[in-house]
Amino acid sequence: MESIPLNAYLTLSAFLFAIGAAGVALKRNPIVMFMCIELMLNAANLAFLAFARYQPTVQEQVAGHIFALFVLGVAAAEVAVGLGIITVIFRLRATIDVDEVNLLRE
Amino acid sequence: MLERFFFFLLALLAIGTAVGVVANRNPVRSALLLVLNFISLAMLYFTLSAQFLGILQVIVYAGAIMVLFLFVIMLLNLGSPEAIAQERELRRPLTWLIAVGLFALLVSQVFLIISPSAPMAEPEVGTARTIGQALFTQWAFPMLIVAVLLTVGVIGSILLARRRVA
Repeated sequence: MESIPLNAYLTLSAFLFAIGAAGVALKRNPIVMFMCIELMLNAANLAFLAFARYQPTVQEQVAGHIFALFVLGVAAAEVAVGLGIITVIFRLRATIDVDEVNLLRE
Repeated sequence: MLERFFFFLLALLAIGTAVGVVANRNPVRSALLLVLNFISLAMLYFTLSAQFLGILQVIVYAGAIMVLFLFVIMLLNLGSPEAIAQERELRRPLTWLIAVGLFALLVSQVFLIISPSAPMAEPEVGTARTIGQALFTQWAFPMLIVAVLLTVGVIGSILLARRRVA
């Protein structure tokens, strides 16, 4: 039985990461920018799990899975705080365009 | 053969939905495409013998986080593409140049440095039992730190959302 090489998973992960980075740079809507950050975090998770599968010992394989689990938890905390900040900015400025929000710069 | 077929199918689905998230001008459609992307990634986790992480991916990302995203989009009334400007038009060529450069850099590292070996993981590595045992013994302290981070995140978002009473 022929299995999928590690490089295939890593290439897919690199592609998803690059797409997410492009989205963060291109978008002006902070909600869609957040979605692109989620894309990048998921690409990192895919790389973690792909590497975990190719580790020699069970302990190292489980370590990769645990790390992916921590990334999931950090992403959840980040989304909770980030969307809270977006709603506060919307309440203060009645827009959330990231090019219009320059409270800290002035 | 079947394994490769499913991998390419899922990889194509993940790439297509990821491009759709960035290229789409409607935030609601972006969010729904992102749900599809998360589900295809969960299926890929299953092929990597990470069943527990695959199920968590569906529950936490496709379930909880995307509901939060859609809720904020609807709450702020940003559902239509005309609500606010979506893209920095001037930056588009530069952005795609950066993305292609980043992709080329990462892939060159993958193919130059990483020498693949045979997959080692047994199917039972990714089960809830194995991960739970490791999480509550060897990784108990890091797990507590993540728990504190999540608690602080929840408290912070409550403080942010609270109306200031003068």
